[in-house]
This record gives sequence, C-alpha cells and structure tokens, in this order.
Amino acid sequence: MRDRRPGEGMTLTVRTITRLTAGLILLFGFSIAIEAHGAPGGGFAGGVIIALAFIHLILGFGKRACRRNLSRTFPSFAARLDAPLLISVAMAALLCAFTAHSALAGRGLDMEPYGALLEEALQLFVAVTVAAGLVAIFSGLAAMRIDRR
Amino acid sequence: MRDLLAAVVAVGAVGLTLSVAFLILGAPDLAVAQLVVEIICLVILVRTTLSRDRVDAWGMRSDAAAACAAAFAAAFLLTAAAAMRALPPFGAPLMRLGGVYLARGAAGGKAGLNVVGKIIGNYRAYDALGEATILFAAVMGVLALLRKVGVKDDGGAGRGR
Amino acid sequence: MTAYLLASLLFLVGIYSAATKRNLIKIIIGLGISGYAINLFFVLLGYRAGGRAPIFPEALAAGEMVDPLPQALVLMFIVVGLGATSLLSALAVRLYEKHGTFDVRRMRRLRG
Repeated sequence: MRDRRPGEGMTLTVRTITRLTAGLILLFGFSIAIEAHGAPGGGFAGGVIIALAFIHLILGFGKRACRRNLSRTFPSFAARLDAPLLISVAMAALLCAFTAHSALAGRGLDMEPYGALLEEALQLFVAVTVAAGLVAIFSGLAAMRIDRR
Repeated sequence: MRDLLAAVVAVGAVGLTLSVAFLILGAPDLAVAQLVVEIICLVILVRTTLSRDRVDAWGMRSDAAAACAAAFAAAFLLTAAAAMRALPPFGAPLMRLGGVYLARGAAGGKAGLNVVGKIIGNYRAYDALGEATILFAAVMGVLALLRKVGVKDDGGAGRGR
Repeated sequence: MTAYLLASLLFLVGIYSAATKRNLIKIIIGLGISGYAINLFFVLLGYRAGGRAPIFPEALAAGEMVDPLPQALVLMFIVVGLGATSLLSALAVRLYEKHGTFDVRRMRRLRG
C-alpha cells in the first residue's frame, strides 16, 4: 500500500466500484437538493453529497488521472454561469413576491401561489455552489505535497 | 488513545451518534445535514492527519492542572444548573417565535411541507445569506492558506515560483 | 434538566480537549465536540415530548410538533462548523509544513 507513488489512485476493485457508484451518488445529491420542499434535506445537504461524489472520484482514481481526464472548461463555465442564474432566480422570486398580495407587509416572503418551482431552483443553485466550494477545499488539501525538511 | 487516526475516527463516531440523536429528537433535517457534514469532516481530517507524524507520549499530567480542570468543570456545571432552572422543562418547549411563524405562514399547511426549510427560506433568509458568506470566506481562506505561490521562507529560494 | 446537564457535560469534554491537548488535531476535534454539544442543547430546548417532526403529513396543529426554530438555527451552525473545521485543518497542515510537527510546544520552540 505504501510503496505506490502518491496521486495514483487505488486498486482496480476500488476503481471499478467507484466508476459504478459515483454517478449514483451524484444523482442522489441532486434529488436530495431538489426535494427540499416536502422532505428533509435541502440545498446544503444535497450540495455536500454532490461534493462527496467528486471527492470519491478524486480518491479512487488519484488526482493525476482526474486532472488529466476531467475537462477544465466545464467547471469554470458552470461557475461563471451559476451566479447570473442565481441572481435571475432571485429576481424572479422577488417579482413574484411583489405581485403577490401583501407579501412584504410584515408577512414574510411567501412564494406559495407560485408553487415549489422557484424554491427548488434556488435550492439547486445553493447545492451547486456549496459543492463547488467543498470540492475546492478538498482538492486544495489533496494537492498539498507532504515534504518534511 | 495513542493514535491520532483513532481519535479522528472516534470523533466521526461521535458525530454519527449525534445524527441518530437528532433523528430521535424529531429533527430529520438536522440528521441528514449532520450525517453528510460528518462524513466530509472525517474525510478532511483523515486527509490532514494521514501519513503525518505519529503522536508522541504525553507526559503533562500534573495534579495542579487536574485540580484546576476539575474546579472549572464543577463551577461551570453549577452555574449551568442554576441557569437552567429558568428554562422550560425538558419536553415542553416555549415555542414563542416558532409558534408565531407557524401560525402566520407555514401553518396553512399543505401536506408534505417541510417547516424548517420554509422558515429558513421565508423568515430567516438573512441568516442563510450570512451562513453562505461565512462558508465561502472559509473556502477562500483555505485556498489562500494552501496556495503554492507566495511562500517565501519555506523551501529553497524561488521554489514556489 | 438532566438532558441539559448532560449536553453541557459534553461541552465541557470538548473544551477540556481543546484547552489541554498539545496536538493541533486534537484541539480541532475538541472544538468540534463543543460545537456538537451546543447543537444538541438547542435541539433539546425545542423538543416536545411525543411531538412529531416538523413536516406536515396532513394538516397538523402547531401544538403537536417539535419547535422548528432551533432546528433552523442549528442547521446554520452545522454549516458554519464545517467551514471552521476545514479552515482550521488547513492552518494545521500549513503549520505542519513549516515546523514538521503537530505539537504546539515544539512549534513554539522551533520558532526562534
């Protein structure tokens, strides 16, 4: 176990199981994030599960293989797309609140007449941003080289 | 507990037990969040401690320190017990503000409505904003601490460039 | 009352570990345990005997339910605790790189 080079990932069994389960974990995270309206869970927990799927991949295949095979353009594109989409969803929610009856007059924001759609979109974006932050933390920790003087 | 990795795994067990306790206390939302947060904390702590140094033997048990710790613990517990007299008894919450929220908004109650998520989304949105701000400040702090460029006096000259 | 005191005992365990241990990782673990104790105390404050979880299965009166407000607050604190733990462990990794140990005393001695 110890004599492998660092950053090379684990054995063939672990890689195969990782390849099978990572997609399922990702899907489970999205479902937890979306179903926050009526079930326990929510955007934050879903985001952590999505981040765990990516951490699973990094641990199983090693950081070199992940750096080789995962494209760099898609995460940066998603990160740039996420903020404007989030702002537009928030604007839509605010517009709905203004058009709703007496929404801001001390009642709190009630998005009830517009269904759970906006709320689910909001939770989804929270999940994506949380997952991005946690994967950033883990890959920062994983990229550290351990060298003692 | 001699091994550092054993300590990390033990704190993971504490967190999972806390998740089960949340489930028993009627907070499934918190149970889910605690479960996933515990797993990711465990991964981060194991990554931090793995293949770094083994723990040395500790030799700082002195009677004075133990007496100080015991005195502090006793004083803390006595003060806490005196303060907890004023709290409502266990099992009968006051529910002043939570009852207001329930009566006002969420108690219109369609079936299958998550009240905790409703409260966060509708009444406590600024809390959520501050929480996200803190989390991303932490992410920025981690990335700034772990970056390679700018560590001048660590290795050889100009190694980090 | 007993449950509250047990939660504060857990808090004391965490504070003891954070105050007297010399290993940085054990200090981080102690802070985490005290955070767990605070979360547990808030949830205990909102517990109703025989109450249901705050999810409406059907139209439910407010009196039969656990208080949802402490749960909302604790949900925030769990997230903040995750950020704090990751930031502290990054600091510990950086200190380990500089000094070659997690021991606080030897770190001070190496400082020079």
